[in-house]
Amino acid sequence: MVERVHHITDLEELERVAIHGRASLYPERIKILVGMATCGRAAGAEEVLEKVREVVAQKQLPYIVAETGCIGWCSQEPLLDVWVPGRPRVTYGRVTPKQVPEILAALPEAKPKLALAIMTGDDNPLTGKHADYCNGHGSKVDGLPSYAELPLFRRQLRIVMRNCGIVDPASLEEYAARGGYRALWRALWSLKPEDVVREVTDSGLRGRGGAGFPTGRKWQAVRDAKGSPKYVICNADEGDPGAYMDRGVLEGDPHSVIEGMIIGGYALGAHEGVIYVREEYPLAVARVKAAIAQAQHADLLGDDILGSGFGFRIEVAQGAGAFVCGEETALIASIEGRVGEPRPRPPYPAEKGLWGKPTCINNVETWATVPVIVSRGSAWFSRIGTEGSKGTKVFSLVGSVANTALIEVPMGTTLHDVVEEIGGGVPGGRAVKAVQTGGPSGGCIPAEKLDLPVDYESLNAAGSIMGSGGMIVMDDHTCMVDIAKYFLDFLQDESCGKCFSCRVGTQRMKEIVTRISEGKGTEQDLDLLEDLAWMVSETSLCGLGVSAPNPVLSTLRYFRSEYLAHIRDHKCPAKVCKELITYTIDPVTCNGCGACVSLCSGQAVVGEKNKLYTIEQARCTKCGACLESCKFDAVLVN
Amino acid sequence: MIRLTINGSPVQVDEGSTVLEAARLYGIPIPTLCHADGLTPYGACRLCVVEVGTAPKSRLVASCTTRATEGLVVRTDSARVDRARRLLVELYVATSPQSKRIQDLASAMGMRECRYEAQHEDCIQCGLCVRICNEQMIAGAIGFSGRGTTRKVSRPFDQTSELCRQCGACLYVCPICEQRCQGATAESALCNGCLNFSPPCFNSYDDAMCFLDPCHACELAGPFRADARTKIRATATAR
Amino acid sequence: MPTVETPILDETIVDKYEERRANLVPILQEIQSTYSYLPEELLRRVSRKLHVPLSDVYQLATFYRCFSLKPRGRHVVQVCLGTACHVRGGPKILDRVETETGTVGLGTSPDMEFVVETVRCLGCCGLAPVMRVDRDIYATLEQSKIKRVLNRYRKKRPAGKDASDG
Repeated sequence: MVERVHHITDLEELERVAIHGRASLYPERIKILVGMATCGRAAGAEEVLEKVREVVAQKQLPYIVAETGCIGWCSQEPLLDVWVPGRPRVTYGRVTPKQVPEILAALPEAKPKLALAIMTGDDNPLTGKHADYCNGHGSKVDGLPSYAELPLFRRQLRIVMRNCGIVDPASLEEYAARGGYRALWRALWSLKPEDVVREVTDSGLRGRGGAGFPTGRKWQAVRDAKGSPKYVICNADEGDPGAYMDRGVLEGDPHSVIEGMIIGGYALGAHEGVIYVREEYPLAVARVKAAIAQAQHADLLGDDILGSGFGFRIEVAQGAGAFVCGEETALIASIEGRVGEPRPRPPYPAEKGLWGKPTCINNVETWATVPVIVSRGSAWFSRIGTEGSKGTKVFSLVGSVANTALIEVPMGTTLHDVVEEIGGGVPGGRAVKAVQTGGPSGGCIPAEKLDLPVDYESLNAAGSIMGSGGMIVMDDHTCMVDIAKYFLDFLQDESCGKCFSCRVGTQRMKEIVTRISEGKGTEQDLDLLEDLAWMVSETSLCGLGVSAPNPVLSTLRYFRSEYLAHIRDHKCPAKVCKELITYTIDPVTCNGCGACVSLCSGQAVVGEKNKLYTIEQARCTKCGACLESCKFDAVLVN
Repeated sequence: MIRLTINGSPVQVDEGSTVLEAARLYGIPIPTLCHADGLTPYGACRLCVVEVGTAPKSRLVASCTTRATEGLVVRTDSARVDRARRLLVELYVATSPQSKRIQDLASAMGMRECRYEAQHEDCIQCGLCVRICNEQMIAGAIGFSGRGTTRKVSRPFDQTSELCRQCGACLYVCPICEQRCQGATAESALCNGCLNFSPPCFNSYDDAMCFLDPCHACELAGPFRADARTKIRATATAR
Repeated sequence: MPTVETPILDETIVDKYEERRANLVPILQEIQSTYSYLPEELLRRVSRKLHVPLSDVYQLATFYRCFSLKPRGRHVVQVCLGTACHVRGGPKILDRVETETGTVGLGTSPDMEFVVETVRCLGCCGLAPVMRVDRDIYATLEQSKIKRVLNRYRKKRPAGKDASDG
């Protein structure tokens, strides 16, 4: 899609651009929107989009075909939305190319059997306005719930994700139509830099990258620091496995981060910014680079932004495959062309950061929140959330949950509500065993504690951390010893290796937990594990090491009995740890169909077709393919 | 001048000093492995940790890379520091039991037990060799490669670089290269040699022969000191 | 055993970058994406051009996961082992991929068709388990689907899910 190039030098021009955006966002014609973020593509959205274009071209339909980012309904990807002027927007889920002609043929009517929900309007927390789509026809479509009614969406308050799934991320005009760059105008023209810092401080915003450090305090420290030039960095090295909030924002609404950074630069007296994106997110990198180029052409980045005289430039730096580069000093080292080895703090980056100069590093979500705070004010923001944790948080709710999704809720929502109400609980009616938060730096919250509110202090007290927002729901198919081993494996892989405590400590912890998972552990091993964990946490050089023992310690705290079962009884209650389980075929239910034979990786399934098969234990690799392929529940795991 | 407190006593050091330098200036011992005067501080061995701040906000930091700041409260021998050092040294012994330096450290702490399986690594990645090559010899022939458990000191592309002048500084500065005495417990990870026998010089001489490279056993306080004193008295009485 | 052709090295890749240390990682990234590994000759050139010690360049090349010092298999298979994928069978998918490609553990397959790596994470956690082959992402995998997916890439030039490029 080719957009006009604008030169936005004042508010009037910005308004004119916004008018174009509104015409594109809420057109007079029918518009088909396909969710084209990475998870959509992984589910097959590219083929769906192609099919839409093909049908539209073939039949010469006067429809607009557009792409959008992630609305967060991941379990239903690929998502296709239909906008008919004056009617609710209809969302179709799990769309296949085969369904496309049918959906298009029915227009302007919907096909409720294939659809998921309707959107009767949208809220814009940036402007505080609500857009009503249905000022003509009725606001109902037979049998379809509205987003406002759905448990998945009705508790959400989408501040950071305000435009994701609504706008075309490649459109500066649509971003402007949603109020974009007005906060920047307000900051540059109506506020002094100190005022901006004060707004952010009074809002109570805490860094969304994981540590939850008060953003205003960090900004003030950078302002006060001596040295120039100053830098502003966006940490988009989202490395926590299971977390993809930043990806959602960068792919769905890159301008929100850009606007936030320019405002930050103005507040802190910095004229250069860097967005550091991990290389595992090529689409996010592409979207951000395109948005920066757009902003540059529109003079929203450059030497004289919106006629204010303030200049700001943004560069994109790519990660190279190192989780540790999410640590701020390692990230800085990476930009400087060095290995991502963290440096001791103090001095903190606010004092000595990029190239030894005062640097403000914040996470993607934090930057995306800044325009909203500047626009609506700190008082408005601080009314959301709890006393110690203001505002909203984006979470990637994944694992054993019906609605795997990217959600944004006010701080203080209980874990129970997130998992059961918003997430729809564990599929198949199974019970939640634990919820893992904070990635490899966090811990597992057991089912008994799910009524705790999601905020920084409560999660810390429970032995976990908020972290970047990854929330993994686990049921009783998950072995907590295996989870501890998994995270230790990860940390060992990703440790930079410089300091002895972390490098050798995580290695030894992993050795012990592996022994336990194989049924060869002793109870002294648990004491040793606790000593090791204490040492690694107390003496490591950087946050990765300091928090490395958290998964082990939290699983030991809440699931000690599971460890003891592995040690004393040589059993894995969840039937996960390979050395402690056996796969067998039930002679009663097996009907000899042979589906398991070809997939067996050890050629261990022997027997006669249409009669009975058995598994030769000596050759069984515990790959589990037989269990996966058996339609008769004849494969048993003990 | 910066004024800070170490172990309850006020000390004064030049601006820019590290806590380790401040402690050493006042003769307060802090064990180190990756530190060497004349090389930039590295902070990898973690042995030099001290407790800074006052409870409940105190924490352990590496004294070699922590700047001395005005009013800083430092404790080099608190219970927390002691526990951390013991656990670290126990792990060092398991990692490189063949090193005299590390066994000496273990003996100095009276360590009697190592709960880990010995690994016999040749390198603890203290970085001294890399730093001396880069900073003192200005050669830069060796460096680190890899990451985490695959991290090691290496030559680029595993070929000896033409920058290497064969000076041997890397060998000289390595704390692992000097082998421990084989002693009575050569197979176990923990040598305990110095804790188990008295200084050998008293078997043959009246005095401690410390004008030679001092035997570590003499540097330790404890039973053999008394043992040695008894021997001297016995020898003197015999004459 | 088939070998990968020794590429003709285009040294202008290095020369077109300004002599700033900050360009070190971007240069290596461009070399990696052009040749699918980092040839020693080019790394030496980078060291000379940017006045950075060779041991530093070598450290960078071995520290970051996306770099490889040896030619890799034609198609890059990255099995996601993020937490969500781990809980939903990711390790079993990895085992199956290793079996199907003939790699023992991670690395390049004997026929040089594939290089099997793990990644944490691709950010598609809602559709776990996930893997990426070249630029295509496959989600909600089962062991039975792996062979078919890999066969699409065998004996083809590095291309997309369908026959057309990109």
